[in-house]
Amino acid sequence: MTPQGSGMDHLVLLAFVIIGCLFVPLTVTASHLLGRAKRDERKLDTYECGSEPVGPPWVQLRVGYYVYALLFVVFDIETVFLYPWAVAFNRLGVFIVVEMTIFIAILGAGLAYAWREGALRWR
Amino acid sequence: MSLLWGLLWGLAAVMLIAGGAIIGVWWERKVAGRVQMRYGPQQIGPAGSLQMIADVPKLLFKEDIVPEGADEPLFRYAPLAVFAPAAMSLAVVPFAAGWAPFDSTVGALFFLAVPSISVIGILLSAWASHNTFAALGGLRAAAQMVSYEVPRSLSVLSVIVLAGTLRPTDVMAAWEWWWIPLTFVGFLVFLISSIAEMNRGPFDIPEAESELVAGYFADYSGIRWAVFMMGEYGALIATSLFGAAFFFGGHRLLPGVGGIVAMVVVACAIITVVMWVKWTFPRLRADQLMAFCWKVLTPVALVQLLVAGVVAAWL
Repeated sequence: MTPQGSGMDHLVLLAFVIIGCLFVPLTVTASHLLGRAKRDERKLDTYECGSEPVGPPWVQLRVGYYVYALLFVVFDIETVFLYPWAVAFNRLGVFIVVEMTIFIAILGAGLAYAWREGALRWR
Repeated sequence: MSLLWGLLWGLAAVMLIAGGAIIGVWWERKVAGRVQMRYGPQQIGPAGSLQMIADVPKLLFKEDIVPEGADEPLFRYAPLAVFAPAAMSLAVVPFAAGWAPFDSTVGALFFLAVPSISVIGILLSAWASHNTFAALGGLRAAAQMVSYEVPRSLSVLSVIVLAGTLRPTDVMAAWEWWWIPLTFVGFLVFLISSIAEMNRGPFDIPEAESELVAGYFADYSGIRWAVFMMGEYGALIATSLFGAAFFFGGHRLLPGVGGIVAMVVVACAIITVVMWVKWTFPRLRADQLMAFCWKVLTPVALVQLLVAGVVAAWL
């Protein structure tokens, strides 16, 4: 239905982006047109189960989140490296299996190291 | 011409998500009812099936509140970054033989990459709300979603190794029935990490209603809240369709039009299992969640990949 292998089929993707991004403003506008707004001071309060918020919400974060972000960056990049590999798999034979085993072993060793160093423990 | 088709399919995808969310919420309430030995909605329409039809106008008529202290533009547009990726990820799902709306040569990678954009939307909404609950929920969501990204990508890789291509329609063409038992562990990893990606129970600690109210969307109301809901159900629908295609052969299960029906049936079964899991297991703790991802799922996914690779090379 769509032309194959040309840049044209990326227009389909563009259309998906447009539709996806238009849907939200359209429904919100519909809601604004349909609903009636009754402004009230109390309504605009930050929702914290009825109690007054204490201090600003944007505070210093625990370092644990940062460690996981770092772990993610390392492992996700390694995972992405595996993708072209998996695609070229059939053309390269036994050599690639050995290569892959070594690569996955390195990945596993990295995980084991992070594990032993306590990076996986939530602190 | 292709832009026109794209607009048509894009519209169909958004309708699928909106309609799927309506049916999904009803179905989830029914499943939850059965799990808890009650009936669930049953008053409006047969078996309560019109309940959500009644709920949509209610959400549309609700007031749209931007709380004091919130970063207004960010607060208003963050839901968009949660919803749009879910709609976009439907573009690469291989619905029929040789056909996906956007038949990309890197479709599988696209499917894994695009839904992750929603983590940015979640972080933005959490930060923009100027709410302690939201800030905590957003941080938890970010840590959880990026962590579970790793086993999720690794699990799909085992199918890619067998198929030797990233184009979803080619994967479907290459698919054979014995891949189901071979990649079943991979499917389990995919399912579990997808549940965590969607912040659904038992991995819903970013939303944890008993401690964080609703987490990153605690301050959202009315239709904007519904957009978050639709984003979540859209991700669930896209994931189930993708899982049904890659791990269960999708339309290859039955010939002709029956194939599409078979794919939808398998996807619905996956959705039901996800809901069943949510209402059966208690919520995990943050440390248990992270430990499960890195110490169980990632090694298991690596072993599954190795097994699939050895089998693919041996053939």
